[in-house]
Formats: sequence, C-alpha cells, structure tokens
Amino acid sequence: MSSLSLALRDSSTMLRRNLLHARRYPSLTLNLLLTPIMLLLLFVYIFGDTMSVGIGGGGPDRAKYIAYIVPGLLLMTIGSTVVGTAISVSNDMTEGIVARFRTMAIHRGSVIVGHVIGSVLQSVLSVVLVGAVGVAIGFRSTDATVIEWFAAFGLLVLFALSLTWIAVGMGLISPNAEAASNNAMPLILLPLLSSAFVPLHSMPGWFQPVAQYQPFTPAIETLRGLLLGTEIGNNGWLAIGWSLGLTVLGYFWSKAKFNSDPQR
Amino acid sequence: MTTTTHELAIEATGLRKAYGDKTVLDGIDLAVPAGTVFSLLGPNGAGKTTAVQILSTLVSADAGTLRVGGHDLATDPQAVRAAIGVTGQFSAVDNLITGEENMLLMADLNHLSRREGRRVGAELLERFDLVEAAKKPASTYSGGMRRRLDIAMTLVGSPRIIFLDEPTTGLDPRSRHNMWNIIRGLVAGGVTVFLTTQYLDEADQLADSIAVLNGGKLVAQGTAHELKRLVPGGHVRLRFTGPRAYENAASALREATRDDESLSLQIPSGGSQRELRAILDWLDSAEIEADELTVHTPDLDDVFFALTSHPTTGPATVPAALKENQR
Repeated sequence: MSSLSLALRDSSTMLRRNLLHARRYPSLTLNLLLTPIMLLLLFVYIFGDTMSVGIGGGGPDRAKYIAYIVPGLLLMTIGSTVVGTAISVSNDMTEGIVARFRTMAIHRGSVIVGHVIGSVLQSVLSVVLVGAVGVAIGFRSTDATVIEWFAAFGLLVLFALSLTWIAVGMGLISPNAEAASNNAMPLILLPLLSSAFVPLHSMPGWFQPVAQYQPFTPAIETLRGLLLGTEIGNNGWLAIGWSLGLTVLGYFWSKAKFNSDPQR
Repeated sequence: MTTTTHELAIEATGLRKAYGDKTVLDGIDLAVPAGTVFSLLGPNGAGKTTAVQILSTLVSADAGTLRVGGHDLATDPQAVRAAIGVTGQFSAVDNLITGEENMLLMADLNHLSRREGRRVGAELLERFDLVEAAKKPASTYSGGMRRRLDIAMTLVGSPRIIFLDEPTTGLDPRSRHNMWNIIRGLVAGGVTVFLTTQYLDEADQLADSIAVLNGGKLVAQGTAHELKRLVPGGHVRLRFTGPRAYENAASALREATRDDESLSLQIPSGGSQRELRAILDWLDSAEIEADELTVHTPDLDDVFFALTSHPTTGPATVPAALKENQR
C-alpha cells in the first residue's frame, strides 16, 4: 500500500473512532456548547437593551444587538468546542490504546489527523447549532450573497482548523483531562477580550491593543462583514493570516510532541 | 512460514537506556530463538517494561544493536511493527467503545477487508470467551475480560512475535491459568513470546529461557533448570517450640544455620530419604523433639531472591547475596 493511501485509510479509521466516541458520549460536546448559548441568551435578553444603546447610539434595540453579537458567539463556539478536543486528546494519550497504535504498522500521524478532522466536524456542527439558536431569537443576515455565505463558511472551517491544531498541542502536553481543560482555557477567554461583545473603540485605550492583536477580533470582524455588510478592511487578511499561522504552529508543535517518546 | 528454531526472533546487543541520570538498562544482551517463550524476570523497577517498550518500538534506545523479526529497530521500525504484537502492562483497549468495535478497529488498522475483519474479530471473541460481552463497552469489563480483549486485539494482525508485559499482574488465579493456556496456545501456533513477569512460577511454567533483570543488568540467564542450579542445594528446616530444645539442638548440630528469632535451624540437605532418616534418627537419639520439619528444595524463588537482593550485584557475587537471605 502506498504511503498516501495508507495515510488516508488509517486517518479515516481514526476519524471513525473519534466520531464514534463523540456519538457515544455527546455530553462533553453538549456541555461545551452551553457556554456560548448561555452567553448569547444572557447578553441579548438581560443586557441587550443597555448594550444596544452603548454600541450604536439611539434607543434600546435588542435586534441590533443580536446582529452584533451572533458572529462573535459563532467563533466563540469554536473556541469552546476545541477545549473538548484538548480534553479528549489528553485522555487518549493517557490510555494504553495509543501506546498500542504506536506499536502498529499504521500511518503515524493518523491518530492526530483523526482527532483534528473529527474536531473540525464537531466545531462546524456546534456552529450550526448555535447559529440555529441565533436565528431562532431573530438573527438575520442582511445582505450576504451566496459567495459571502461560502466565504463565511470557509472562514469558520479554517478558524476551527487552526484552533483545533492548537488544542491538540495543548492536549498532548497535558498529563490529564483537568490540566487539558485548564491549558485550553484561553481559547474560551480570548473571545471575551475581543470585539465579540462590544466594539473595540468603546474599550479603554490601554486595553484596545489586547483586543485588537489576537486571532478572534479579526475573524469576528470578517464574519460580521460577510454576514452583515459591515466594513471588513484588512481584517479578512489578518483573519486568514492568524488562522494559517496558528495551524502551522499547532501542526509542528503537535507533531513534535506526538513523535517524542511517551513519558507516561 | 519457514522459521526454524535457529533463527533469532529477537536479538539485542548492548542495549542501553537512561532517563536523565538514571540508568534503566545498562548494556543488555538478549537472544530469543523464533518459536520459543522468553521470560524477562525481575522485581518492580528493574527495567522490564522499558525493555519491552524499546523492543516494541515505543521508546527509542540510547545505544545497542537491536533486531526484531529480522529487522533493525533503528532503521526500519515500521517493518518491526508489522511483525509484532504488544500487550502492555496497562490495558491497551479503547474503553469508550464495545469489545466488538475494538476488534473491528484493529481489523481496520491491520488493513483487513471488511469481511475478513468481521470473521477474524468474531473468531477471536469466541476463542477468548467474549461473545456475550461483545456488545458492551470495554469500560464495563472486569480485569480478566479486559486482559483477554487486549490479547485478542493483539492477535488480529496475526503477529509472529508477541510481547506480553506482565500479562497476569492483577488477575485472580483462575484468570491467570486461563492466560497461561492462551500463551501455550500461541506458542503451539509457532509464535515467539517475549514475556515479562514478576511471578516466578509463571516463568517456570511457560518459559523456555529466562533472564533475570535487576538494576538494569541481566544477572542470570538460562533455563529454569539451569537457574535453579545457581543456588546451593536445599535444606531441611527444623522449628522448635521452646528455646531449650532449640539451644540443645543448635549446640549439637554445628553445621546448621541458626535463626534465633523463629527458633529454627536450617540443615543443608538434598532432601533424599536417606538424609532425612539420618536427621530423624539423630533427633530421636538426642531426645530432641522438633515442632515442625520441612524439606526445602531450591526453586526459582531462591534464585530470584539470591540474584535480586542487591541492585548492583553481578553473577559473581551471588554467594554473598545468598548468605544474607539465608538467615
């Protein structure tokens, strides 16, 4: 068997295994989905009136704030979902089964590739679920064309891929599930420090760089632009740059960690 | 298969491994002929698991020439992996899925066709008495069941060389005997088994050849019979109820080794009928009554204790080590 077909075959076997896990034990994924959904409902129904006054002037307009917050929460959903990836990778590494995989004549990277593809698929599914909640409470894309919808989807997948690789690396360096959950915490916290809930210009001046120079803000601004027609500016390139950069970083980091001798 | 017993399934020369400044394996030489059972025996922390991890390509060695299944470990680990099966000390099953799904996972990773995979999986589940539990998650299995599933998974790829790292640790006696029968069945099928254990009777029962590992070095190597010859002959042990009888006997029997704490004497003896009668006659004539008389023939336990009491002792210092244990 050629090495490419070996890689494809073993990776798809590993993907099937991970999807089987996710299907058998959906509670982890569902729990992680609760955070963005709760935040969405909280910010819209409890803080919504005040927030809408703050972001755009004029009177309280909850619908306006729904439109503002949903793109950010879709990306936050990805951050939240990949925490589950870090946990399941870490769990996997502590189980003897991965030691068994390492002693088998299979494509070496397939264990990780299976996790990555499985995680991206789960992220997309989670985004769809949170998006459905958004639509249910009144989110509507104002002017997105078919191309913009595809671009939005592509951005979400690319962003999910990059965060997944980082989460896999975090899972590999974590000795147990608790540590993995802690190590991956920034992936949930970063969106709170981005333009997901309030615009950059409304933040204190000293804090704006923190919110600006991190992956979530350009990705959120790009998604907003694609779905709602706001100004994208150079955020599109920044979002792609961040995503590709994190993907490459996470890929080499995970690869190095997985290939080093197991210490536990 | 054209393997003859002259071929070596596993060959190691000068195997070394250190973690930081702790040397785990300090120059090990091993030669395991194909189709035999080789047992690596040693106390906890002796380096048995590290040896298995290295020979099964899981961990890299610091030094040494290693060949498994005719392939060099350093240059062609993937060919080694294709020849071996490993059942580690900690169960290597996927606990989140069922036994049957575990078997199918192995079939897929061994690149069997769907049909062939189902056939092999079903056959092994049957052979290892797991048919009833096949549809249940592996996390619900008992220790013995999980160990059986583990071995069944290892066998899906029909490996010619199997590493078993302490396969019976933590099993009840019945499960242990079942495991022994499984291992005997494997060997009957021409498989080479590399077995680590801390149970001497297990090595005695199963192994064609035994190596004793202690403190990262092989302190003895040979058949069970050869190893038993390493320790001096057996003895008769006399235990007394009162200190008086004990003192009387001890002063009369100069060649006996005293154990003042348990009031017992050890008299070197091969345990033959004639030797025993001589001891009994002497006890009668001296009007000494021993509370208990036991005949002790050397077994692997003696060898083990003699060889592993000092972390740094080599074979040359065995007698010194022996004395300390022969209280």
